[in-house]
Amino acid sequence: MAVEKRVLFRSRGLPWLLIAPQMAIVLVFFFWPTGQALYQSLLSQDAFGTSTEFVGLENFSRLFGDELYLASFKTTAVFSLLVAVIGLSIALLLAAMVDRVSRGSRLYTTLLIWPYAVAPVIAGVLWLFLFAPTAGVVSHALRKIGIEWNHLLNADHAMALIVMAAVWKQISYNFLFFLAGLQSIPKSLIEAAAIDGAGPWRRFWTVVFPLLSPTTFFLLVINVVYAFFDTFAIIDAATQGGPGKETSILVYKLYHDGFKGLDLGGSAAQSVVLMVIVITLTMIQFRYVEKRVQY
Amino acid sequence: MVERRPLGTALAHLVLILGVSVVGFPLIVTFIASTQTAEQIVQQAPMSLWPGTNLLESYRTALFGGQSSYGSRIAPVAPMMWVSLVSAVCIALGKITISLLSAFAFVYFRFPGRGLCFWMVFVTLMLPVEVRISPTYEVVASLGLLNSFAGLTVPLIASATATFLFRQFFLTVPDELTEAARIDGAGPMRFFIDVLLPLSVTSIAALFVIQFIYGWNQYLWPLLVSTDESRYPIVMGIRRMLAGGDAANEWNVIMATAILATLPPALIVLGMQKWFVKGLVETEK
Repeated sequence: MAVEKRVLFRSRGLPWLLIAPQMAIVLVFFFWPTGQALYQSLLSQDAFGTSTEFVGLENFSRLFGDELYLASFKTTAVFSLLVAVIGLSIALLLAAMVDRVSRGSRLYTTLLIWPYAVAPVIAGVLWLFLFAPTAGVVSHALRKIGIEWNHLLNADHAMALIVMAAVWKQISYNFLFFLAGLQSIPKSLIEAAAIDGAGPWRRFWTVVFPLLSPTTFFLLVINVVYAFFDTFAIIDAATQGGPGKETSILVYKLYHDGFKGLDLGGSAAQSVVLMVIVITLTMIQFRYVEKRVQY
Repeated sequence: MVERRPLGTALAHLVLILGVSVVGFPLIVTFIASTQTAEQIVQQAPMSLWPGTNLLESYRTALFGGQSSYGSRIAPVAPMMWVSLVSAVCIALGKITISLLSAFAFVYFRFPGRGLCFWMVFVTLMLPVEVRISPTYEVVASLGLLNSFAGLTVPLIASATATFLFRQFFLTVPDELTEAARIDGAGPMRFFIDVLLPLSVTSIAALFVIQFIYGWNQYLWPLLVSTDESRYPIVMGIRRMLAGGDAANEWNVIMATAILATLPPALIVLGMQKWFVKGLVETEK
């Protein structure tokens, strides 16, 4: 595909007029606030908001000396790893099965993609309801087999709850990409492996899975980004970062400190740290996309 | 299929039926809960998995408001659904419109600063609104846009995904069409409206599905910008109903609201499945 057009239009004013709306919105709602965040992260404001002073990188050194912040980092890492690994495994299993069956594959696909439409906060509410300590259906069943479920007291239960809700919400997305990946693998390769005597299990791990690795890697990055940023609503509905602070991931803490705690410089510094993380992740993704385009 | 293995196929169906059931289970329980009364759900512990008889009442209370069993007020969600609908449509159409125009400019014109402008749009891909919420909030507040549809939607339009999708698509449009249009004396806007737009219909539909769902499901941003109940979207309304705690929650109304909040985007995903899949796969690549 061409990167540039050969045939162009000539006009002095028109192109400016065409990009004006987008540039205006990007400048006002993207560059201005991002610049503000960068600038404020270097300032310190007293408790009453009356005086501000330039403090350089002090907000950052304070942030990384803060045990609660480091704990939130760890929580985020554990959470996003669990969401990505569990989510991808389940989606890959389901996609491989749909790819295998000839009858009913469309019906299965339809029944697997609807959670994409569910808002994260609704996903949080649905799973909260299933696991509600007194009224929940699943928590009751768990009690019958001897597990005293209470995510309001037990940090591991709280983490498990938000992981389940987050995985469930993202399953449609992962499934669709895996299915597209599986369907683009040439059938002749699989047939060749079969003629050489490889059974389905062996074919999957030696032929299909390696060929899927670009899709898997892409989804891995997307899922980590999803777990970092888009799960705010799930956590806000299901655990509010609790029982103590054990499910308070970075985005949740940023919101909490910025709007409830009113620590301007500290919250701006948190914003900047998150920006660095997401830019790094996006760079990794772009580099990989470029690489893949080449072959 | 490569070979015939009836046992393997049966196993695959088994796994899929199990998967589909687990994925569907939360929704089924939610629907059943919305057909019961709040007392039934809390007192039976666990709630019965047979539908109750309170369906109409639950949905009426959810849509038009009422009193909870403890006498507190339940806010009506019908106006909230309207807010969600308006913002979702504004976000989807707004993004599509500004992106079509700017992608047209980037692909079909050369102008000074084109590279810089393109780069500026490109960078917005990298930072989701979540990481810059407080400064964006300050900007919106200083523009006096709190509690307005503009404040609710315009900041979310500032993203580049759609611009890139249209740019990719325009690059695949054959140059012969442009030449033919120019020979026929068509100016750039004529070409844009009569040739480019009709060719882009599928991409526009695909993008609309994705952006509508994105807009409908926004939570964090409205949480900050909308402080007045008349500007609450439905996904924010449901969160406020959860205040009571496990036993005091009016679960039947909450679950009815969850169904109401999920229905419009779910219908769009299922009804426009083909475009949805296309839009999803293409916006990300």
